[in-house]
Amino acid sequence: MFKKKRNRFVETLVEWALRLSGGTTTLVILLISIFLFTEGWGLFKSSTVEKGYVLCVNRSNKIKNLTPKQIKEIFDGNITSWKQVGGNDIPIEPLRMDDIASQYTEEEIGANFEHLPQKLSEAIASRPGALAFFSEQFININFQGRVLPAETITLKEYFGGKEWFPTATPAAQFGVLPLILGTLWVSIAAILIALPFGMAVAIYLAEIANSRIRKILKPLIELLAGIPSVVYGFFGLIVIVPLIRSIFHLPVGETALAGAIVLAIMALPTIITVAEDAMRTTPLAMKESSLALGATHWQTIYRVVIPYASSGILAAIVLGIGRAIGETMAVLMVTGNAAVMPHSLTEPVRTIPATIAAELGESAMGSVQYQALFMLGAILFVLTLGISIWAEIIRKEPKVQ
Amino acid sequence: MQHNKFTGKRANQALFFTLFRLMSYLVVGILFCIIGFIVIRGIGVINWEFLTTAPKDGMTKGGIFPAIVGTFYLVIGSMIVAFPIGVMSGIYMNEYATNKHIVRVIRVMTNNLGGIPSIVFGLFGMSLFVNKLHFGDSLLAGSFTLGLLALPLIIRVTEEALKAIPDTYRQGSLALGATKLTTIRKVILPAAFPNVMTGLILSIGRVSGETAPILFTAAAYFLPHLPTSVFDQVMALPYHLYVIATSGTDLEATRPMAYGTAIVLIAIVLIMNLLANVVRRRFSK
Repeated sequence: MFKKKRNRFVETLVEWALRLSGGTTTLVILLISIFLFTEGWGLFKSSTVEKGYVLCVNRSNKIKNLTPKQIKEIFDGNITSWKQVGGNDIPIEPLRMDDIASQYTEEEIGANFEHLPQKLSEAIASRPGALAFFSEQFININFQGRVLPAETITLKEYFGGKEWFPTATPAAQFGVLPLILGTLWVSIAAILIALPFGMAVAIYLAEIANSRIRKILKPLIELLAGIPSVVYGFFGLIVIVPLIRSIFHLPVGETALAGAIVLAIMALPTIITVAEDAMRTTPLAMKESSLALGATHWQTIYRVVIPYASSGILAAIVLGIGRAIGETMAVLMVTGNAAVMPHSLTEPVRTIPATIAAELGESAMGSVQYQALFMLGAILFVLTLGISIWAEIIRKEPKVQ
Repeated sequence: MQHNKFTGKRANQALFFTLFRLMSYLVVGILFCIIGFIVIRGIGVINWEFLTTAPKDGMTKGGIFPAIVGTFYLVIGSMIVAFPIGVMSGIYMNEYATNKHIVRVIRVMTNNLGGIPSIVFGLFGMSLFVNKLHFGDSLLAGSFTLGLLALPLIIRVTEEALKAIPDTYRQGSLALGATKLTTIRKVILPAAFPNVMTGLILSIGRVSGETAPILFTAAAYFLPHLPTSVFDQVMALPYHLYVIATSGTDLEATRPMAYGTAIVLIAIVLIMNLLANVVRRRFSK
């Protein structure tokens, strides 16, 4: 009697443990989205001007604030007048701390920079067009300039910005457009390369090959999926990259095209498996009817099997793109990682995952760059999650009659 | 006329079928090219010393022993995390859950988790395990991150393995008076064992090659000694290959080491695939 009671207790306990395990994946997805967004969202609350540093102008300057992009353009010398950013028509004099300090002798500044705050203050007060960038510890009580308020990054600047310079001073630039476009370029090019091959292999395996050949080919293609992405990246680096450089006479072979080729090879197994599975679901009666009407096997394939499997084939393409978008190591190794707007396939590009992998190690925890990279992760998460769900919906669509 | 059309149709078919056959062989050819190229270039490096000593002289000499050990630890750690949860989750979905909607939600979530890029797991692992839970860059943090990555694969395989077991097994056991738990333990799990093992082996192959998740959670560029606790950083094969293939003062001198590491990685995947096939075939009789 007692034993029975204990057994029932154990049964309940196990059932609860199983139920909890069943919830793990859902919980992990929730946690991932919470963590990525909370870490990344700080980006829109923090200033792009380096921590502990300030931007100052002359008191007579009526400018209220500068966007990160304007700050960069000014210090790059592309914006030269305050008029261009909504101020008076006087030329801008960008001043870094070194510029000011170098105008005075060591004695004037003092051995421990004790006179530097005074000199900085004077330098700004004497130049109506000054825009000075220096450490905030050098601001003393009777500072004669005006400190510009720290501007935060807006969503528009983040998603519409065309420049990604996370460590630039005075103002870091976080425009993700080149990264998003780079990712899409490489992934879509990869699918365009992989699709004809993937379809050919899928048709061959599903319809043409006899079972003996199929039994050999299928595990080999599964093996292709199992090879680690670093190995593909390494292969791309030593074979495909030099090949592209010599074929197109380029200074560097690390290009979007190299990434696309490597990704195409990596996306093939996904495309083949999903498309083949879809083709295999074609009812035999349908194929037999087609053959009975006098159609050849090939006509049956492209008039009956492919239309019937079309939603599965579309799902294969979508899943292939999803796989390509998220691929990190191989792309990091062969695309050259230049964060510029992509113009052609034979130029270096940089994808979102490669940016995260390359920069996260160097960014301090909690810094603006760290937050910007987590935001990239969040974008990637949403993108791939959307693709998974989309593929799922496509697969479930009712088959054509 | 009729005759011409007929031959045209046939010729068309023959043309396309030949094309498809050639393209299929080309795809398999590419696979052999990749493996063959790396093996031919690197087989000379593989010897007992390479497999059992630490790197020397700035990664240009010596071996990859610490990386092999590190990957081994990471695989064990991640499987300790993922295997019980994955199998239990699969059992719950197939044997216990009565609500169809819940099963569907779990299945969709599992698929979605499987579609999330490995670098996102890396970010997540870094922020949760390394920073929030203060594991630091460690074997422990890496194992958890890789474990979560392997979870969907194990769940899917377990669920399929359980689905393949005929209901008569369950009914027979229950009719003899066994409880549900006893039925699962004594009848269902033994029958599903080979397929579940296949899943375990395949996920070991997958986990041992992953780089992005351990980039910021566990991997170290070089360590003078082997890890002694779960809070130590580890070297790992895929990360080691990445590092010596892309950075370093003398890329030419580290190339042979890179080929050797790539061979070991490919060998692990090959062996795991073969093993999975052997297990599947052996037990399915």
